[in-house]
Amino acid sequence: MLNYLISGISLGSVYAIIALGYTMVYGIAKMLNFAHGDIIMVGGYAAFCAGTYLGWPVPLAILFSMMICTILGIVIEKLAYKPLRNATSLAVLITAIGVSYLLQNLALLIWTSNPKAFPNMVNFIPSIVLGKNSDNPITISSATIVTIAASIIIMVALTLFTGKTKMGKAMRAVSEDKGAAQLMGINVNATISVTFAIGSGLAAIAGVLLCSAYPTLMPTTGSMPGIKAFTAAVLGGIGSIPGAMLGGILLGILEKFAQAYISTQLSDAIVFAALIVVLLVKPTGLLGKKMTEKV
Amino acid sequence: MKKKLLSMILAGAMAFSLAACTSGNDTAGTENKPEPAATTETTTDAGTETADAATEGDGVLTGTLKVGMIGPLTGGAALYGNAVDNGVKIAVDEINAEAGSFQMDYNPQDDEHDAEKSVNAYNQLKDWGVQAIIGTVTTTPCIAVSAEANSDRIFMLTPSASAADVTANKDQTYQLCFSDPNQGSASAQYISENSLATKVAIIYKNDDAYSTGIYQTFKTKAAELGLDVVSETTFMDGSDTDFTVQLTAAKDAGADLVFLPMYYTPASLILSQANAMGYAPTFFGVDGMDGILGIEGFDTSLAEGVILLTPFAADATDDLTVNFVSKFEAAYGETPIQFAADGYDCAKVIYAALKFYAENNGGLNVDGMSASDLCDILIQVLSNPAFSVDGVTGEQMQWSANGEVNKAPKGMVIQNGVYVGL
Repeated sequence: MLNYLISGISLGSVYAIIALGYTMVYGIAKMLNFAHGDIIMVGGYAAFCAGTYLGWPVPLAILFSMMICTILGIVIEKLAYKPLRNATSLAVLITAIGVSYLLQNLALLIWTSNPKAFPNMVNFIPSIVLGKNSDNPITISSATIVTIAASIIIMVALTLFTGKTKMGKAMRAVSEDKGAAQLMGINVNATISVTFAIGSGLAAIAGVLLCSAYPTLMPTTGSMPGIKAFTAAVLGGIGSIPGAMLGGILLGILEKFAQAYISTQLSDAIVFAALIVVLLVKPTGLLGKKMTEKV
Repeated sequence: MKKKLLSMILAGAMAFSLAACTSGNDTAGTENKPEPAATTETTTDAGTETADAATEGDGVLTGTLKVGMIGPLTGGAALYGNAVDNGVKIAVDEINAEAGSFQMDYNPQDDEHDAEKSVNAYNQLKDWGVQAIIGTVTTTPCIAVSAEANSDRIFMLTPSASAADVTANKDQTYQLCFSDPNQGSASAQYISENSLATKVAIIYKNDDAYSTGIYQTFKTKAAELGLDVVSETTFMDGSDTDFTVQLTAAKDAGADLVFLPMYYTPASLILSQANAMGYAPTFFGVDGMDGILGIEGFDTSLAEGVILLTPFAADATDDLTVNFVSKFEAAYGETPIQFAADGYDCAKVIYAALKFYAENNGGLNVDGMSASDLCDILIQVLSNPAFSVDGVTGEQMQWSANGEVNKAPKGMVIQNGVYVGL
């Protein structure tokens, strides 16, 4: 029981940290960046290359990966999304899916499909073993501890950033009304670029943590966790930063409990059924804000 | 606004799930690589066998045979396709060097482990004038291509497409690898005969024909042999990163052997998570496990003691294997995996079959022979009980009329990061 709870939290914390990136971009730019999962994959590969091929120390490898992803995020935004700023949201959505496939296939070309075993980059923190002398000791892995800590830190930092700083205020203004924000002298394009830069930098961290926890790195590594994390973001209320965290952890626990107590075959169906129920009762998600349309 | 938002989210979710489906398939491809991992069956569709050629000669095989190969040379399952390709090349070189008047003209085509692209590759080979095909390497494309080739009467010997559907109702499609049903029952038999375990847990991938096919026959055979299956759990695309629940179930049930009928990517995660849990049963894999040591950066100590049933052991000391492995290592700088051996044997089987025919029918000149004539010859020879081939993937390989191969599997265990024959 406790064992399943821990593995649920461990999985959930990975979803949470990815969901933070989704929700951040959605909250500001009002677009679903489906390529987020694939930026995570690129982050994983960047860290892997820096750490394994170039032999860089872990902090440097993580920084390098963040840098690559930030640049990638800005480039994608400039090339793929900016020209569609005034297009329908559906067009942007399809573009995002296209970018996602582009990244996957580029990764396939560069790194091939052979899976790579990702080294645990966060084992500077020891794993905790509960009940060492009992029959069923429970291990909380270093990756889990770091992931939970990192997602809490990121959540708090993002909340403070959007709430307190000038750039954060600009972001909230852009999210509320692009036109009005522009009239008030806010550079909308720059603000959205910064949002993407931050979101993609977070994706790099998520990539390193995801791969440290589940150490197989492939071009499709990011896609399924990305989808689950998106679900988590919707469950928690997309656009809400604490909601992404809550949704991620809940989704992870739900998935593991469904597997353990109901059926390993039906776990995904159960998780998504739960999402539907939540959305029926609370259409904006658990912590989603009610949005009122101003006419 | 609220409604709009919701509909956007729902639209997004839908698009997502669509994307999920597609990428799921991709993943499946990647992870599963070739579904037909173990068995190679090559169907050669040799184009030209004329009665004249067959009867006029003096028991000598002559002419140039156009042999095609279809397999994933790029994409998620590229590891398998390239291994087969490399293996075939070595065999073709040997045959061309040895046979003199008989030559093989070899043409590999990429299908990216995609059924549609595989059929395109097949059509390309047809335009080229292919007479016999080695392939396809992976199961799903093979089912599509073998149906086409069956109506075109082009002989196919697949090195590794192991599903029963590959050969069902197609008299010109043969397998060099074990079929899935055979792998499952052979595994159960091996575990029982060698008393490897009393309590067995199974973890399989339930959205994958390869994995479920082996699981089903394993379970049936295990029940027959009195093996105690104490835990059966599954996973699928999208929930294939965390196996804590499955492993805990196996551990709690007291399983001392965990049977893993799956490809090596999820298996590598299972091994590392079992290690983190402190659970150390015997892990028993099938041919899809082959390749686990090739994962870049994989801590091979995790795979210590893993047993897999496969027809090929690179460290075997018989002359055929030693010759093949040393040539392969010299040419490609790596130890051949089973797929390479399968490919090698495929080319050798086609050669042996044609030679067998030539010797018994006063010679054979394959130049300009139609694919369907050659197809008839090859079917006739392969279904002849007097015909058998000693290859690197098995001695005395023979084929049943439905295209399945009959040979003895070898057990291998991973020790100190290398495969060791049991």
